[in-house]
Amino acid sequence: MSSLSLNYKMTAFKTIVWKEVRRWLRIWVQTLVPPVITISLYFVIFGNLIGNRIGEMGGYTYMEFIVPGLIMMAVINNSYANVVSSFFSQKYQRSIEELLVSPVPNYVILSGFVIGGVARGLAIGVIATFMSLFFSGLHMHNLFITLMVVMMSSIVFSLGGFINAIYANKFDDITIIPTFVLTPLIYLGGVFYSIELLPDFWRAVSKLNPIFYMVNAFRYGILGVSDVNVWYAFMMLMIFTITLFMFSLFLLRRGKGLRH
Amino acid sequence: MTSAISIKDLYKTYDNGFQALKGISLDVAEGDFFALLGANGAGKSTTIGVLSTLVRKTSGTVQVFGEDVDTNSYQTKLNLGVVPQEVNFNHFEKVFDIVVTQGGYYGLPVKLAKERAEKYLRQLGLWEKHNQQARNLSGGMKRRLLIARALVHEPRLLLLDEPTAGVDIELRRSTWDFLKQINQAGTTIVLTTHYLEEAETLCRNIAMIDGGEIVENTSMKSLLRKLHQEHFLLDVREELSRAPTLKGFPCELVDPGTLEVVLESHQDLNDVFTELQTLGVQVKSMRNKSNRLEQLFISLLQKPGQKPEQSKS
Repeated sequence: MSSLSLNYKMTAFKTIVWKEVRRWLRIWVQTLVPPVITISLYFVIFGNLIGNRIGEMGGYTYMEFIVPGLIMMAVINNSYANVVSSFFSQKYQRSIEELLVSPVPNYVILSGFVIGGVARGLAIGVIATFMSLFFSGLHMHNLFITLMVVMMSSIVFSLGGFINAIYANKFDDITIIPTFVLTPLIYLGGVFYSIELLPDFWRAVSKLNPIFYMVNAFRYGILGVSDVNVWYAFMMLMIFTITLFMFSLFLLRRGKGLRH
Repeated sequence: MTSAISIKDLYKTYDNGFQALKGISLDVAEGDFFALLGANGAGKSTTIGVLSTLVRKTSGTVQVFGEDVDTNSYQTKLNLGVVPQEVNFNHFEKVFDIVVTQGGYYGLPVKLAKERAEKYLRQLGLWEKHNQQARNLSGGMKRRLLIARALVHEPRLLLLDEPTAGVDIELRRSTWDFLKQINQAGTTIVLTTHYLEEAETLCRNIAMIDGGEIVENTSMKSLLRKLHQEHFLLDVREELSRAPTLKGFPCELVDPGTLEVVLESHQDLNDVFTELQTLGVQVKSMRNKSNRLEQLFISLLQKPGQKPEQSKS
């Protein structure tokens, strides 16, 4: 099989990414505004009103403690939501065939959608970070770790959204995983509390939750405190990224739900 | 001459057990304007689907310009432009963006993709709408947008799956003119249609497909020669109250000013005029009745001796 030039692949990749970014910018009222409102409410209610009565956690005020978790929650939710809704919509209205009949390799298609999701996740993350400045000071313990964790977490959940979209046959199918899997994992992943507060059994159960590692590694990057070894968290993120990427490629190659 | 398409023993059975293609073989020469004709469900779209890789074949070999679609799919796809039967772009995207984005999928730099998009949108009469969302286009315009999108990378082979379905006559004819132009400029075109007039007007060669099998594969001229009868519509100078009786030529009054006369292939049109003149009927103008191919198509599928298992339609 003769291969395509790097220049060709880069052009195709940039086209997919720009198309994806254009999509979520076009519908900004649906994609950017709701998370901003949700995060504001979290900051006001949990951080400001209730948080003042909770006191310190991990050596920081409760507001400072939950800021990294809330930012990560916004990044994860939006990365996932972008890819699952965009890819499924294109599959549903068959505009994905524009790509499938073209010579764009599967890994370029996958990367384009994932980076489109990462772009939205990071945009929301940046907005959430700026908003947090109204409620607490900005700490930055380790910028490199912070950026790496947020990037990799966003990639993992963009890939998760992609796989969800491949298997989905109707619009209901793209809401089941976020509602019944993603939301409980996020809320139980240490966004609002340190697992040091939990009994031994539930502390052990929490360590089975992948989001727990992402939230804690991100919190380490910002505050320098974590319930888990940050390098162990990186290793987990790396394993998730590679496994989900390979599985997504496998599904694309098989043409699951795309080719007859 | 190089084959633009070479299909050998192509079978396709879908997951639900439906056998859409039963071993078709087909060659389309480079530069040809080729029609794939058949009723709904005959296997036309499945054949296009296999060529464009949206449908996975069960067995057989398919080559585009000598390259196998399985082993060299990148190259075959670069040579292909596909106009699907169903409108399949994002209706919320702008017309211009849809075409430019497709150019990007084929590796065109943005500047070139924009130039090409403008060129084809202008040629297809869509430039005035280029900044509008695609959902605001009429049905005929949407189909023309599909053609512009398929041409943006200037493919050597254009596959059109019922490109003028649901399009009004004026738009259909201007689309035909456009397709003739790009074919004359060197693009090989394969057209599936069940508008038989479309195939007759545009195509030099034709294959008829029924029940997943090719029942006829020949040039349009030789196919039309197989017609045993031809129907002519004659516009008469003075209105008639009933059809004149012509010896050896069945004749009907379509309306007071129009006669329909049927000629067998061995009969001479001059004899019709002579007879009419004798009866004092003057002919103002004359034209073919346009459903000649339709008659032939139906007769091919219904010939009991030739393909008895395919006479179901």
